[in-house]
Amino acid sequence: MKNLKVLIVDDSAVMRKIVERALRQAGLDISEVLEAGNGAEALAEVQKGSLDLILSDINMPVMDGLEFLKSLAAMEAAKGVPVVMITTEGSEARVVEALSAGAKGYLRKPFTPDQVKERIVPLLRGSQ
Amino acid sequence: MKSLTKSASPAVVRFDPGWKTILECAAVEVFEMMANTRLELNPTPAGEPQGEETAMVGLAGALCGMVTLRCSRKNAVKLASLMLAGDSGSDSSTARDALGELCNMIAGNFKAKVSTLGEHCLLSVPTVISGADYSMGIAEPSKTMIVALTLADESIWVALIVHQ
Repeated sequence: MKNLKVLIVDDSAVMRKIVERALRQAGLDISEVLEAGNGAEALAEVQKGSLDLILSDINMPVMDGLEFLKSLAAMEAAKGVPVVMITTEGSEARVVEALSAGAKGYLRKPFTPDQVKERIVPLLRGSQ
Repeated sequence: MKSLTKSASPAVVRFDPGWKTILECAAVEVFEMMANTRLELNPTPAGEPQGEETAMVGLAGALCGMVTLRCSRKNAVKLASLMLAGDSGSDSSTARDALGELCNMIAGNFKAKVSTLGEHCLLSVPTVISGADYSMGIAEPSKTMIVALTLADESIWVALIVHQ
């Protein structure tokens, strides 16, 4: 889990910074953080390749997280990259939809650094 | 052939005065987890919600209305600074972004705690209004529930407004 390249997708710049901080507090060795404000911007970042982890909000303008997730399925550059969805929604149906569409996990906002660690570290171990 | 009458409307969830404790809990949790600050509830707030920054998240589906979070510009900046652990929370754009996200999380946390809402109520992306001199026109009949919390000797107001 060294020198990770992470993409954080959220329409809030504040949330992107909070997620990045939580990942670092979880002990991840991050070499580069890429940011995107919606799913469409995120697809362009994924296309550049060599990502180790993607975290994406669900509820975003332009292209939401579920649509982004579904678009990733057809992208060679996204193969094997774990995607974790971040949601404020209490809807189990949306979480199930995300997991069915290929997400490896989800985080519900608000979250603690411990929850980030519990959900993300095992995924990275599993993807290596 | 697809039936045009197949999908049933989601159940309508009626406003419940008992939600106040849930709204208080949802708000306190969000501030504690995301801004690392334990805000005290003010059970007897004086007057109506006020402040120069108001974040709003719409509710649609079984429960229609909105959740608002209103506070002074000073407290919006302070909250942003707390969320970012002191890192660049001082500009007004960041403060508005932070307030919108806090409102979004309070609405989502409230929704998650009311079991009947989970699958039948959707949240909008947040909108933030700057300025104190406005009034809100709400389609009647409606019900409003207000929770006040205290940060730096000022109130932060969380309101749940429900169209009946």
